[in-house]
Amino acid sequence: MDDSPIEAPRPLEPRPKAIIIGASSGIGAALARRLASEGYFLALAARRGDLLQDLRDEINAQGKGQCLTYSHDVRQAEQAPELLQRMLRDLGGLDLFVYCAGIMYPSDPERFDAEQDLEILQVNLLGAVAWLDPVALRFRREGGGHIVGIGSVAGDRGRRGTPAYAASKAGLHTYLEGLRNRLARHGVTVTTIKPGQVQTDMLKNAPQVRGPITAERAAELIWRAIRARKSTAYVPARWRWVMLVIRHIPSFIFRRMNL
Amino acid sequence: MSPLLPPDHLERVDSWGQAQHAMAYVFRPSTVEGMRAAFDLARRAGCSVALRGAGRSYGDAALNSEQMLLDLTRMRRVLDWDPEAGVISVEPGVTIGDLWRYVLGDGWWPAVVPGTMQVTIGGCAGMNVHGKNNWVAGTFGEHILSFEALLPGGETVTCSPQENANLFHAMIGGLGLLGCFTRVTLKLKRVHSGWMEVQALAVPHIEGMLEEIDRLKEADYVVGWADGMARGRALGRGQIHVARELEPGEDPAPAQSLRLENQELPDTLLGLLPKSLMWRLMKPFVNNPGMWLINSGKYWASRLSHGHRFTQSHAAFHFLLDYIPGWKRSYLPGGLIQYQAFVPKEQAAQAFREMLARCQAAHLPTYLAVLKRHRPDPFLLTHAVDGVSLAMDFKVTQRNRARLASLAQELDEVVLQAGGRFYFAKDSTLRPETARAFLGQDALKELKRLKERCDPEGLLQTNLARRLFPDLIPTA
Repeated sequence: MDDSPIEAPRPLEPRPKAIIIGASSGIGAALARRLASEGYFLALAARRGDLLQDLRDEINAQGKGQCLTYSHDVRQAEQAPELLQRMLRDLGGLDLFVYCAGIMYPSDPERFDAEQDLEILQVNLLGAVAWLDPVALRFRREGGGHIVGIGSVAGDRGRRGTPAYAASKAGLHTYLEGLRNRLARHGVTVTTIKPGQVQTDMLKNAPQVRGPITAERAAELIWRAIRARKSTAYVPARWRWVMLVIRHIPSFIFRRMNL
Repeated sequence: MSPLLPPDHLERVDSWGQAQHAMAYVFRPSTVEGMRAAFDLARRAGCSVALRGAGRSYGDAALNSEQMLLDLTRMRRVLDWDPEAGVISVEPGVTIGDLWRYVLGDGWWPAVVPGTMQVTIGGCAGMNVHGKNNWVAGTFGEHILSFEALLPGGETVTCSPQENANLFHAMIGGLGLLGCFTRVTLKLKRVHSGWMEVQALAVPHIEGMLEEIDRLKEADYVVGWADGMARGRALGRGQIHVARELEPGEDPAPAQSLRLENQELPDTLLGLLPKSLMWRLMKPFVNNPGMWLINSGKYWASRLSHGHRFTQSHAAFHFLLDYIPGWKRSYLPGGLIQYQAFVPKEQAAQAFREMLARCQAAHLPTYLAVLKRHRPDPFLLTHAVDGVSLAMDFKVTQRNRARLASLAQELDEVVLQAGGRFYFAKDSTLRPETARAFLGQDALKELKRLKERCDPEGLLQTNLARRLFPDLIPTA
């Protein structure tokens, strides 16, 4: 944690508070900037602590939001509950939790690498479960709150180049759906974001590029989905229709296609 | 990393006004050993501890977001009672309701009680509460003969006006930031009847209200209700209730009237309507037009009953906030806050007129305004002045929060200009600079010195303390 001064709380005008896991680059960093511009008080965690500190300095220098940072590798799932408690203590509350950590390896139909695939599952899915379970318990007791998971359009179908990545995101989607059904009656919102292609570091590992949007644009669309308390949002929205078609391609055709 | 606080203990805790809440790890010790164990756990987990009694503070005085909260309501034993001398020793979780029910049969009553009997003695001492007899009887702390307290480090201290006098005067009204009361010894007040004689007087404006309150200040009890929605000359019109304890012999059968059955508040209105439903009926009126109607109606009714004398039981007279159970729920979903300011008597009329007018100008009229007469007391963080207090309830909605906060800051200016003070049990809006301004450097220096002596690790914290006294909390 850094020691940036925290202004005196105003009980009638509480600052909205958010945690973003996986905020050092890409969508996470862009979303941190977007939330900061809305006045959020942020706790950001990521593996690459140096990148995170630059982001923190940038956000705190702008003066609208406030930002604390924590170095954390989501593969160390057992650390999640303790770090969560520390972040909550530093923030003094929580309105929004975003799980944004994700990795991907280059698409390659000829690569069968369990070590690599397990790592993908660890970061994209198991890390999410390790964080979201204690967060869900807290929001359930509070009777409110908002959980956001960054999934992927890739999770809607098992493509031949990235089976583990697709599985990790499909697992995340289903897990988030389960949480949503579990928590809706307790006033908690769970939003699944399914980005299409976004210009981030991850994109260089992605199979093909069809007009990717910038991370800033993605963050803006994600913020709108958060504000509207959506259940599922494709980012950008046209992916909803693209994926509607792709989801309905029969398997015997899909496996012959070059997707 | 430090050990986890057990997630089993995570609870949502509301401020009494329900305009804010916190998630906290709540522990409910029933012994001093249990309190010690909780302090030890907090120390190991590297978190702070807030003390909470019945949770009747309107704002954030008994909240501790994401950290530990010691709920002391299970420390609820009467430890010693001397019915001859009227001296009682209790644990901090005993409530005012427990207390008067315990002693009334012997002809005693707590010397100072607030408007609700649900509060704990620990809370009354920690906030140094006052009643409708503040002018004649002083604050709650002035009737504490001595107390024992556990300091977060594990040391126990005994304090009285003679022994550890500095600490005595700082821990009473000390917001639970120095230590935790474990035994409080109180001197009670002799009563000769279960009845009181009450007179109601109508007053046409705020100036009239203050004149009458000052004229009647030597009475056993005096309290004013003001219509915060009347405008112009009639601003602050309202009704005063002045009450007198009966002298020995006035009640022909005191043994009868002192029985508890005689005091209990009825649970129905007019013998028909269950009072537990009342808040639902009130809800449609908790808005500007509805409250204008109720306040005006109440004022004109008070004109009709001007000068009327009647008898009332102690409980019915004192515990107006308990009269309609759950009434605060009619303010949901946003809840309510109270703004209470204490202004020297010379400045009161002008300051209160300006404050009420500013509330109206901001379209945030108070729905309930109450006035009381006060006198200074010897406690470190005292809220009292030789003057009058005005307490105003405001409905909080999602839309008015920002406006309400800026109105409160405007009112703070008026109060500071008039040399006034504030009361932390009610507060949700003060800024740290305002608290520094009215408490003064000397009091804050002394508080810091005592904090370093009693709680050098800064274990005892609350949301209010972090908000108003950031200098008091050691930075990690």
